[in-house]
Amino acid sequence: MPLDQDLEIKKFKVIGTRVRRPDGVDKVTGRARYGADASAPGQLVALVLRSPHPHAIIKKIDISKAEKLLGVKAIITSADLPDLTGGDRGMLDILENCMARKKVLYDGHAVAAVAAIDATTARAALKLIKVDYQVLPHVTDVDEALKPTSPVIHDHIFTDGIEPKPTKASNFNKQAEYGHGDLDAGFAEADVIIEKSYKTEQTHQGYIEPHSCLASVSPDGAAEMWVCTQGHFVYRNQCAALLGLDANKLRVTASEIGGGFGGKTHIWTEPLALALSRKANRPVKLTMSREEVFRCTGPTSSTSIDVKIGAKKDGTITAAFAELRYHGGAFPANWAEFGAMTTWACYDIKNCKSLSKDAVVNRPKTAAYRAPSAPQSCFAVENTIDEVAKAIGMDPIELRIKNAAKEGTKSSYGPVYGPIGIGATLQAAKNHPHMKAPLAKDTGRGMACGFWFNFGGQTCVDLNVTPDGTVTVAVGTMDVGGSRASLALAAAEELGVPYEAVRVIVADTSSLGHNDMTDGSRGTFSSSMAAVFAARNAITVLRERAAKTWEIPVGDVEWVDGEAKAKGASRGNLAPLTLKDLAKGAGGTGGPIAGHSEIVADNAGVSFGTHICDAHVDKETGKTTITRYTVIQDAGKAMHPSYVEGQYQGGAAQGIGWALNEEYVYGTNGRLQNAAFLDYRIPVCSDLPMIDTQILEIPNPHHPYGVRGVGETPIVPPLAAVSIAVTNATGVRMHHIPMSPPRILKAIKSARM
Amino acid sequence: MAKLEIHLWGALRPMADGAPSVFIEASTIRELFRKLSTQYPGMEPHIKRGVAVSIDGKIYRDQLDTKLPVSSEIYLLPRVPGG
Repeated sequence: MPLDQDLEIKKFKVIGTRVRRPDGVDKVTGRARYGADASAPGQLVALVLRSPHPHAIIKKIDISKAEKLLGVKAIITSADLPDLTGGDRGMLDILENCMARKKVLYDGHAVAAVAAIDATTARAALKLIKVDYQVLPHVTDVDEALKPTSPVIHDHIFTDGIEPKPTKASNFNKQAEYGHGDLDAGFAEADVIIEKSYKTEQTHQGYIEPHSCLASVSPDGAAEMWVCTQGHFVYRNQCAALLGLDANKLRVTASEIGGGFGGKTHIWTEPLALALSRKANRPVKLTMSREEVFRCTGPTSSTSIDVKIGAKKDGTITAAFAELRYHGGAFPANWAEFGAMTTWACYDIKNCKSLSKDAVVNRPKTAAYRAPSAPQSCFAVENTIDEVAKAIGMDPIELRIKNAAKEGTKSSYGPVYGPIGIGATLQAAKNHPHMKAPLAKDTGRGMACGFWFNFGGQTCVDLNVTPDGTVTVAVGTMDVGGSRASLALAAAEELGVPYEAVRVIVADTSSLGHNDMTDGSRGTFSSSMAAVFAARNAITVLRERAAKTWEIPVGDVEWVDGEAKAKGASRGNLAPLTLKDLAKGAGGTGGPIAGHSEIVADNAGVSFGTHICDAHVDKETGKTTITRYTVIQDAGKAMHPSYVEGQYQGGAAQGIGWALNEEYVYGTNGRLQNAAFLDYRIPVCSDLPMIDTQILEIPNPHHPYGVRGVGETPIVPPLAAVSIAVTNATGVRMHHIPMSPPRILKAIKSARM
Repeated sequence: MAKLEIHLWGALRPMADGAPSVFIEASTIRELFRKLSTQYPGMEPHIKRGVAVSIDGKIYRDQLDTKLPVSSEIYLLPRVPGG
């Protein structure tokens, strides 16, 4: 059986069915173990002292009084975390984000951490630590940070991507450019040119489970950590490197995860817990408060984007330009560049360009958030596309269909597309009953399409047949959205056994080789592929065992519907051997039966989706209610349709929150003003309608079952779809999200003046 | 072996005197990276940090043994992170 990525056309038996999820009962009964549920004998409680200043020099930290407090077992500062990065600036940035070194760079930046016998003692110890700061001017707005007059945060940042490279340090860390054609010629051809500017505010992934870990370092250098993460192997590798531990001696176990969405792809407090445990020689548990999650982990970038589109009256877009300004928080990153790569990816535009400017500001380090950087650029582009449609009197969906990218289109980020699915999602949207449904008073309809890159990566799967003929599967790629069910389905499909005969676990870092973290919509794409290959390797073993049992050549044994069958006319008297038969006899045919797979999946294929939104706006209060919402996206093959629908709905729900209410609010003092769910308003069930989904299944040619990653693309179109719906409800174009009630009222009032 | 045109994204162009593309003889991604690092040393840190390669629109991030067919369209791209 083939062990390559190519699609095989086959009739599925269990793939595509809605089987019961393996983690469901534990999660709804409270039995599932999340990060903070880990405990160890003699564990200490750790708390972190954080900066109240957005930008300051640390002149002195005095821990002498805190150290003497009864019950305090260890205190660490950056002095306990020496730079072992060997000149790797990226790793040093990670270390510096975990614990400030010479300067604090944002409100909430860690300056010291305490491990004590209980939380009360730890809190008292934090109060006894005296930090002498020299407060510096700060900047939290991306446009302000790019100005020459802005306070410079790092003296080692000299803008990349500009020739000649500047010799003066600034907050402008990178410029990049994508696109093709002749913009001037394209705009000269246009009958209509629309040019607008947009802003989006910083949002947090809003996962319900705060970060938590339990670390235990023994005097012999062996260590264990139980942690809530999207990638325990990556956490192990980075923590080991930063603390000078051998990776093989640091065993990391991932807990169940109460949401991550990109925010748990980075290490934050884990090195601190390990360093405290090493110093105290006791297990140390460190759980963030909700306030710490907001202030000190990785929200998305706030942005400022200019867009210019030229089109002919027949709807042909002749030229398109965007300048995108994003920030990486206090550390340099490429978020604007990634936004620029996605800007025009849905369209076939002869002359297009996107220019990105990445900056640093005095905010927490920006982390990935589901299709990172794409929702913001999609918001700006799709609103401008909608304005073009209005300006030339064309149906917005027809304008998009006319200009949609297709096979053979030169993408805005460079390569020519192979077969892609944007056209199919747009056509499905056009034909969807939602598009034709009547609208109530003060209600508008918006639609938008979005793009994201998916990827594959490294994955290990071990499949073992137990003596009773059931099957266990261990995978190292963290299950954040239901991959355990998909892996069980894949193993059951290949082996020809019931889904219930397969049980999947996420194994710790000492049990399998390296696995990449679960990001880039790779979890089910990669690990289901590895499960298929592991099962096929197990079938090879099963055929060998049957051949031994029957004393015939293995070439005369085939595996059909969960049984070994002897081929050939002379074998008719040999009764098939089931998996149970072979498992029972394994001790006499060569020992345990297993199949393994270590792969690097690649060529995951790009992803497109189209969303339709109806929004009612109360023009007196400015409150927006989403009355109907539809997500249409290509899943390649939905292994478990309920999980795919869940991803579509979850992405839409998060995008709706981002569009309507979610926003980091910084005071003039550079401090975050709303670090709690009471003031940072994510949508709850009662805020949302049932989100309809339509799964398109255009098989991915680079997965044996045709699977395509689906986790991230659903958050790309909502900012645009919701804002266009609000615009159509109010008659006022919304250029700034979130469209909170005060912002909507202000826009309506400004339009009347 | 014929030389392939390797399209560079903006960040790599300064290492090739601003050229949007360079011509390299290579049959696999691994050979391409080795020759780029030798001929354009400034690209080596980027390659070590990770570069994605688009071959006729299919994006490869890890499989360095992937063949580069003659007359294929090849773009070097940043490795985009995910959430």
